[in-house]
Amino acid sequence: MTFQTHTGNRGLVLEEKLIFEQGEAGRSGVDLPDPEPVKSRMGGLERDSDIGLPGLSEPQVVRHFTRLSQKNFGIDSGFFPLGSCTMKHNPRLNEKIARLPGIADLHPMQPESTVQGALELIDQCAHWLLVLTGMPAVAMSPASGAQGELCGMMAIRAALDARGENRRRVLVPESAHGTNPATAAACGFTVDSIPATADGRVDLAAFEAKLGDDVAGIMLTNPNTCGLFERDVRKIADLVHAAGGYFYCDGANFNAIVGRVRPADLGIDAMHINLHKTFSTPHGGGGPGSGPVVFSDALAPFAPIPYVVKTENGFHLVETADEKDGKKPFGRLKGFHGQMGMFVRALSYMKSHGADGLRQASGDAVLNANYLLARLKTKLSVAYPGYCMHEALFDDDFLKGTGVSTLDLAKAIIDEGFHPMTMYFPLVVHGALLIEPTETETKESIDQFCDAVLSLVAKAEAGDSEFFKNAPYLTPRRRLDETAAARKPVLRWTPANA
Amino acid sequence: MAKKFSKEHEWLEINGDVATVGITDHAQQALGDIVYVELPEVGKKLAKDGDAAVVESVKAASDVYAPVDGEIVEANEELDANPALVNESPENDGWFFKIKMSDASQLDDLMDEAGYKAFVEGLED
Repeated sequence: MTFQTHTGNRGLVLEEKLIFEQGEAGRSGVDLPDPEPVKSRMGGLERDSDIGLPGLSEPQVVRHFTRLSQKNFGIDSGFFPLGSCTMKHNPRLNEKIARLPGIADLHPMQPESTVQGALELIDQCAHWLLVLTGMPAVAMSPASGAQGELCGMMAIRAALDARGENRRRVLVPESAHGTNPATAAACGFTVDSIPATADGRVDLAAFEAKLGDDVAGIMLTNPNTCGLFERDVRKIADLVHAAGGYFYCDGANFNAIVGRVRPADLGIDAMHINLHKTFSTPHGGGGPGSGPVVFSDALAPFAPIPYVVKTENGFHLVETADEKDGKKPFGRLKGFHGQMGMFVRALSYMKSHGADGLRQASGDAVLNANYLLARLKTKLSVAYPGYCMHEALFDDDFLKGTGVSTLDLAKAIIDEGFHPMTMYFPLVVHGALLIEPTETETKESIDQFCDAVLSLVAKAEAGDSEFFKNAPYLTPRRRLDETAAARKPVLRWTPANA
Repeated sequence: MAKKFSKEHEWLEINGDVATVGITDHAQQALGDIVYVELPEVGKKLAKDGDAAVVESVKAASDVYAPVDGEIVEANEELDANPALVNESPENDGWFFKIKMSDASQLDDLMDEAGYKAFVEGLED
């Protein structure tokens, strides 16, 4: 190693072969007696070749998977400021509750009388979401943010069909998550994008000009993906309603406003809530997502089955509903009850924080982002003026003339021991760097990140672009050939001697 | 005949009532290494600004729009096997499709080479 990183952090240098490359024929972790001869009933279809499992001792297996886990970088390992992803700490209390035998050992097909507590838990989780959003109804079953969007837009489609109206145009701001236009298109709508103003919000005049009797609704993220609160959101809601459309809100950034703004007061008709972002359930490969959707009165009848109700005889999971119940569910999105394990964790988070704690968490998330913004804008160019909400957004203007790109800078940030921020998104910002520290981080960890980034920017300004072009230096693998991986993907491992 | 250019960074080479369409050198540079191109089917009728093709790079997937009304008469099958042609020869061998124009007057809305160059320089400020 020919240089020192700013933090003194080192990348993970352990080299690890594939488990199939480590095996040796005949080696085994267990010593089992030879099986008794059996008469095959496979009618000659039994396999006659080796199944190709590697021969490994138990410590080899343990070390292999331990080393692989050490190569993984997650929120449990360090600072993970991936913008619009809300990579917050998953409190261990959540995990303790989720592992209680009475919860962990449940089966979704158990008789209802034996799972009353679990149904009550879903009902309570739903209740918290309704109180926090001020909305009258919620569908708990969607299994991700994207499925939540699908749920909301299918409800809008069902409501329009019930009105007998063939409205097919959905307005989506340019800075939206890519899933928004994709969802609208998947539901048979056409997407019409709304330009942004110079300060990163929806251009109200352009939006108003696009309204018409063919508009099904608007899909808006608030706070938006520029980390800014849409200050005209009430007006947008009134205008889209006056034009006969619905207001879908992408709730991916709900973490910035929990306990401070009730989506119902903004005129929203449907909004998904990422339990795996806002309510701390694990995500990013650590656990399934969960995207419950809250609905206004206008859309509530179209919410999907199943849902939990409280009756005289206890809690009941409603699996079919129709007009005699005052419902017109558009169908079912997910098997069984939804992501039960995530409801447990989210409710643990909500109840352990309490209303005051949730309100403080959103405040701390916004404070952390603004602290980071204030420190970094001394060197980095902000995309939009003013304070931000939960994430700070920069463009690549500060790199102009250095020969260093946003990507190069991100690679160097890895060497400093941080997961890079979201890059090149939102698309409306050139070379974007979107940084969301969340309330998880201490001032010390944010300072360490800012010091590292500022030192890298100084290095770029000093003209050392070669250093950046070759970063990262300390990772198990350096820059991967993404082009070859996409053009000539190798999707299956084959032994070297095959 | 000289080339025409759109604000969506497409070039058109006009031959009678047929225009050969591709993306500009500036566009391929901005996109980075192209890994996939989805081309329109021959016979497909497109309106100006309608989705004609999709181009995917290691950085992003982008739509390519029909710069004029018309019908697709040929697509560059070479790009299926070798999308890198778009990087190597964006304004020549890396063409996307040929469209039979139904309204040649729409060409008047497009830029000439000098106009496009000024347009790109304006974007970089």
